[in-house]
Amino acid sequence: MSAPNVNAQESYYVPAQSSWPILASFAMFLLAFGAGTTINGLSGKADGTFGVVLLMLGALLMVGILVGWFSHVIHESRAGLYSPQMDRSFRWGMSWFIFSEVMFFAAFFGALFYVRNLAVPWLGGEGDKGVSQMLWPGFTAEWPLMNPPDAAQFAGPRAIVDPWHIPLLNTVLLVTSSFTVTLAHHALLKDKRAMVALWLTATIALGAIFIGFQAYEYVHAYNDLGLTLNAGIYGATFFILTGFHGLHVTLGTLMLIIILLRILKGHFDSRHHFGFEAVAWYWHFVDVVWIGLFLFVYVF
Amino acid sequence: MAISDTTGGMDTTAGELHEEHHHGPAKGIGRWLFTTNHKDIGSLYLWFSLLMFLTGGVMALLIRAELFQPGLQLVEPGFFNQMTTMHGLIMVFGAVMPAFVGLANWMIPMMIGAPDMALPRMNNWSFWILPFAFAMLVSTLFMDGGAPNFGWTFYAPLSTTYAPPSVTYFIFAIHIMGASSIMGAINIIATILNMRAPGMTMMKLPLFVWSWLITAFLLIAVMPVLAGVVTMMLMDIHFGTSFFNAAGGGDPVLFQHVFWFFGHPEVYIMILPAFGIISQIIPTFSRKKLFGYASMVYATASIAILSFLVWAHHMFTVGLPLVGELFFMFATMLIAVPTGVKVFNWVATMFRGSLTFETPMLFAIAFVVLFTIGGFSGLMLAIAPVDFQYHDTYFVVAHFHYVLVPGAIFSIMAAVYYWLPKWTGHQLNETMGKLHFWLSFVGVNITFFPMHFIGLAGMPRRIPDYALQFADFNMVASIGAFIFGFSQLLFVWNVIQNVRSGEKATSQVWEGAEGLEWTVDSPAPYHTFSTPPKVD
Repeated sequence: MSAPNVNAQESYYVPAQSSWPILASFAMFLLAFGAGTTINGLSGKADGTFGVVLLMLGALLMVGILVGWFSHVIHESRAGLYSPQMDRSFRWGMSWFIFSEVMFFAAFFGALFYVRNLAVPWLGGEGDKGVSQMLWPGFTAEWPLMNPPDAAQFAGPRAIVDPWHIPLLNTVLLVTSSFTVTLAHHALLKDKRAMVALWLTATIALGAIFIGFQAYEYVHAYNDLGLTLNAGIYGATFFILTGFHGLHVTLGTLMLIIILLRILKGHFDSRHHFGFEAVAWYWHFVDVVWIGLFLFVYVF
Repeated sequence: MAISDTTGGMDTTAGELHEEHHHGPAKGIGRWLFTTNHKDIGSLYLWFSLLMFLTGGVMALLIRAELFQPGLQLVEPGFFNQMTTMHGLIMVFGAVMPAFVGLANWMIPMMIGAPDMALPRMNNWSFWILPFAFAMLVSTLFMDGGAPNFGWTFYAPLSTTYAPPSVTYFIFAIHIMGASSIMGAINIIATILNMRAPGMTMMKLPLFVWSWLITAFLLIAVMPVLAGVVTMMLMDIHFGTSFFNAAGGGDPVLFQHVFWFFGHPEVYIMILPAFGIISQIIPTFSRKKLFGYASMVYATASIAILSFLVWAHHMFTVGLPLVGELFFMFATMLIAVPTGVKVFNWVATMFRGSLTFETPMLFAIAFVVLFTIGGFSGLMLAIAPVDFQYHDTYFVVAHFHYVLVPGAIFSIMAAVYYWLPKWTGHQLNETMGKLHFWLSFVGVNITFFPMHFIGLAGMPRRIPDYALQFADFNMVASIGAFIFGFSQLLFVWNVIQNVRSGEKATSQVWEGAEGLEWTVDSPAPYHTFSTPPKVD
């Protein structure tokens, strides 16, 4: 029998019917179908104008849903509907989501290690298979790969990004931002709200500067170094890894901005701040991925 | 075990946000579109899976009709390729995986004494992505250049350089169904780790729950890798990169490595929940406790771990270094050990039990026998030197259809027959169920057993025409396919009849059934275990 005064352990909040999920599914469909049509249009496989409209509609709808759905959840949280058990569900959820993101990057790191250590040396004649190197007999294996086998199709980069300038600076920025977000967390645990806002602002600024530097580096790579998506496997791995990382930093920065706004509105206290922690975990995750990028994409 | 009153109110805490979720289901179509109820969402998954099973099945029958005789009779070779591709994709991502997620949704909260899934709105989201994703995938059949035609494994460069324009939609469909799977899996893990009733310790979990916990881990680990590989395809096709193009220093074999790093755990995603189901059903109808519970848990976990270390056994003929061939051969054969433990335990559970042979048990026993045949042909394929003969032949087709049809699909059928009275409140029509079983059992073996022979004799897969010496066995296989295919209509009819009417089922339904789900009424009330039961 459910007694009227059930304790927290016994009253898990099961939300009422909600229209957010199906709307979000429809928005995802518009985004996916629109993106497909747009991209097919860009590479001349089909007419893409119709796609751009769908893509924009999907993006608008998705932004609206994210704002609405998260507002709803924040409202529920502020109304005290979430028990400690609910809090643990959110924690498990965020942890496993970050694990899925780790595996997403693992696929690209795996591709990088495979081409560096196996595929390119084999094309250059290493190993006992004796076939690959016959395709392009003059090809010499090297990493970074400056001269792809078929130079007519893929002109290699003239130079690569020097790790000891912008990338090193970016490393310092992101590592520092991991410290500042932790300082913000410690301040929140002591309920020093002004300090929380200060350290969060610092974290956001560091993230924004990082993104700015990355954008500058991309322009530099395209205009001055000949390092492009089309520059053979080095360019491909460089841009997919740094590009997806940059997107994650951008998303993380947006999330931090939301958290800062919530702090300014008086949300969170020293005991209830899972939203803050989830974003902090995410931020540490993009930081760790960057360390991997700095070492294996830029330095070695 | 105490059973909770499921209709109690707790409606004074938080005003209008706290809507009337402890009453019955909402009226009309809105119930299904906006639901946060694990039972509703489970039903949606299962009906969707049935629809996809029939769609993919029609494609399979088109394939078998074309292969009834040598020569080209019914369809263009290009369309034949689209059919093999779409059949595989729809069955894997649209039929088998959603069916298991549907069963998880229905049963896991009831089995562990939870009021619902941990994150009910996200649960609805993971379901409703699927109809949109598959609408997009199926719509490619009507596009210029046709649907994807490169096989469900979509190897580059067939899926990049030589792909029809619809490949772009295929990529985005994979992306969103992957998001659905990841969210579904996160929900299942959070539910199992956080929502168990007091006293329901990990080593008391029903094996279906354990197998889903491990499956969900596999899903979260490998669906992002699938997203990664299709993203690299998208970049190669549209943005000039050379991941899978040796002219730029990439490698088409890289595609296969990344794909199978996803793909091998994926095939275990489609069989581990089946192991869990069989481990529920066999003890019930043997009227004995499962033999070797702990070893079942450890065996499932070992299979999951090994699944990350064997991917290149799908690629023995691409020119791997010798050390790679040896490593992947031995690692693959190692999987036979925990799998053998499981088969042994099922047989040992039945040994000296007081067995009865209701429809779920028939499917479960057929699973044990026929899945083992599929497992053994897998062991043959694992042997690298002989795989050079078997690779890309009908022997491979026979192997994976034995583990997927009388394996995964039979386990889903068994689960539906087993739990249907709990869902609908009506006893099963055993006569219809047994007729469906025997026709399926005979049909499946007539279809797939001859494929071993034509495969060993050298008939390649994914070819609409073939040499004359393969004619007889192909004709037999096609006849079997039509027997199997049409007998599934009996299943559909039986399920619909059971939903509409039937003899009233008791709470326990089956005489030997044990577990929390059998302590609640049949049909299970809309909300179960709003207050957790106490498990001793």
